[in-house]
Amino acid sequence: MKNTVEIRWHGRGGQGAKSAALMLADAAFMTGKHVQGFPEYGPERMGAPITAYNRISEDPIRVHSNIYDPDYVVVVDETLLESVDVTNGLNPEGAIVINTTKSVEEVRPHLKGYPGKVYTLDAREVSEKCLGRYFPNSPMLAAIVAISKVMTKEDFFREMEGSYKHKFAKKPEVIEGNLKALHMAYEEVE
Amino acid sequence: MAATDITKITEKSEWQDLTEGNQVYGAGTSKLFHTGEWRTQTPVFHSEKCKQCLLCVPVCPDSSIPVTDCKREDFDYDHCKGCGICAKVCPFDAISMKEGQ
Amino acid sequence: MAIRERLSGNEAISFAIKQVNPDVMPAFPITPSTEIPQYVANYIANGEMDTEFIPVESEHSSMSATIGASAAGARALTATSSCGMALMWEELYVAASNRLPLALCLVNRALSGPININCDHSDSMGARDTGFIQIYAENNQEVYDNFVQAYRISEHKDVRLPIMICQDGFITSHAVENIELLEDDKVKNFVGEYEPENYLLNADQPMAVGPYAVSNYYMETKMAQNTAMRNAKQVILEVGKEYGEISGRTYGFFEEYQLEDAEYAVVIIGSAAGTTKDAIDALREQGKKVGLLKLRVFRPFPDEEIAKALSHCKAVAILDRCESFRGQGGPLGAEVKSAIYDYAKDVAAFNLVYGLGGRDFTVEEAEEIFNDLEAYDKGEKAFAEYRYVGLRGEGYTVMREKK
Repeated sequence: MKNTVEIRWHGRGGQGAKSAALMLADAAFMTGKHVQGFPEYGPERMGAPITAYNRISEDPIRVHSNIYDPDYVVVVDETLLESVDVTNGLNPEGAIVINTTKSVEEVRPHLKGYPGKVYTLDAREVSEKCLGRYFPNSPMLAAIVAISKVMTKEDFFREMEGSYKHKFAKKPEVIEGNLKALHMAYEEVE
Repeated sequence: MAATDITKITEKSEWQDLTEGNQVYGAGTSKLFHTGEWRTQTPVFHSEKCKQCLLCVPVCPDSSIPVTDCKREDFDYDHCKGCGICAKVCPFDAISMKEGQ
Repeated sequence: MAIRERLSGNEAISFAIKQVNPDVMPAFPITPSTEIPQYVANYIANGEMDTEFIPVESEHSSMSATIGASAAGARALTATSSCGMALMWEELYVAASNRLPLALCLVNRALSGPININCDHSDSMGARDTGFIQIYAENNQEVYDNFVQAYRISEHKDVRLPIMICQDGFITSHAVENIELLEDDKVKNFVGEYEPENYLLNADQPMAVGPYAVSNYYMETKMAQNTAMRNAKQVILEVGKEYGEISGRTYGFFEEYQLEDAEYAVVIIGSAAGTTKDAIDALREQGKKVGLLKLRVFRPFPDEEIAKALSHCKAVAILDRCESFRGQGGPLGAEVKSAIYDYAKDVAAFNLVYGLGGRDFTVEEAEEIFNDLEAYDKGEKAFAEYRYVGLRGEGYTVMREKK
């Protein structure tokens, strides 16, 4: 499956990693791609480590297993670096992006010698600045799109605006904040 | 399957002649089954002693005491199994049991 | 023009339910099928369909109410998973023996215990002898397509049996993937109105459903049921072909992938078939003649057709996502081997168990199975039969060498 980009999300129950994976699948679908977005399910518990996955491809996707050798990894909660082997199988040509206040140099020692690109983003700061609350998933979604380039910047923002307008039809006041958060995060890692 | 005259279905019928899912078409088909043949004792109605209190009617398990214009009639021997409950509840000895059919 | 969408398997079957707009849906929530009644209830609340939704207190009740509605003359359905279906067990037989063409949307999940919410086929495989038609899906597209075809099969006058439309819990039910949907009017025209000949609410023709059948009637009743199930084979093929005419996707009993010239083949049900296809493509690039038979219809069981499709293979691995505790594999293995014994004795057939309780099944594991079949056939290695794929530790196996 050479034409397929595989992304693994690590988060904690309630942080929206699964929703972010589904939003990414949605946006990629809208740009004409074949997509998969799925969580690894266990009993849902707030705060427990969870994993979600994306496959994005030019061709129909048939495989139905989890992703063991991702091209990209997104870590929505930095405390997972201690308990989860987040770089396991990660493509050295790919990248990992971590939600943290720390610098790349500070987190690299926790990545078990991963030789590839490492990005950090303070999603809390972005989220609290733009939304007034802590929703790390939108900033992290923008970050992984900027890093993986699974779609163009224009496509991404166009689709996300459409998606937010649909999703928040009953509370349009949050649309602008969410878009602002996406832009801020995207430009930070770009 | 079209509605079937179930009187034509017997224990000799072949499988393809049964109704789908053994569905029974038509109402009140239990009338066709003469349980009166099972009787070893038979109730006898003595109309001259009967006060038409109708206590016997609701206790009959087989609905074998016909009632017309609030008055009971003689037994429906096609369906009466001879259980004798009617004879027990009758306060006026208007029903007696005899051996056999 | 087909509608290009991206939906999870649960969204896909719910969308099909909306388009078919059946009369009655009693349901009780259980993971991972809960979303189906949830989406349907939303559609109803939004006025997009007018199915009568009945919240009930258990799955015993949901199947009972579905049976009641179907007997009354309604097009009825319910949805469940795992232990929910176990609680319906008694009713499954009642639905089938009363010849009620209702639909059950099953989202396959392991049975307790140990308690587990993830996918395997032990729920539906346990119900394989209930008299339900069983159709399985590889992905969201197939579960959508299968539901649109469901009532055409189950309500057919030569069949009139309940139908189970199965998909893999979480793996397809909760995974969002691309899908092509049909327009509402196309679905409505294809499915048509339900016009039962006899039904309880028909005041002109009183009837009784579900009478006691003494020994003198019971076996004849079962033969009638069995004949209906055999008739379903022809109907499934006809409906699958006709569906192909409106959708471009034709369905039969099974899909053959690279099977025509395959020397080594895997027989599998459900989402793992897609994973196996990727393994086949990788091995074909190495020049290996490997193929797949993905079984779609498990009841009625297309025994002769399966055996004939495999008859040219040298060795075949049958993969069960279910343990049957017969001590040597699962139900699919038993039935496919029985078919091979009857119609294709020269094919070496092995049974493996995989994916229990949601254990992942990977492309690499599928490749290893094909390689093991080849090594067996070439006399290089005994084949470890009854092996659990992905088990930690040795486990019970029988080593079979080529004679």
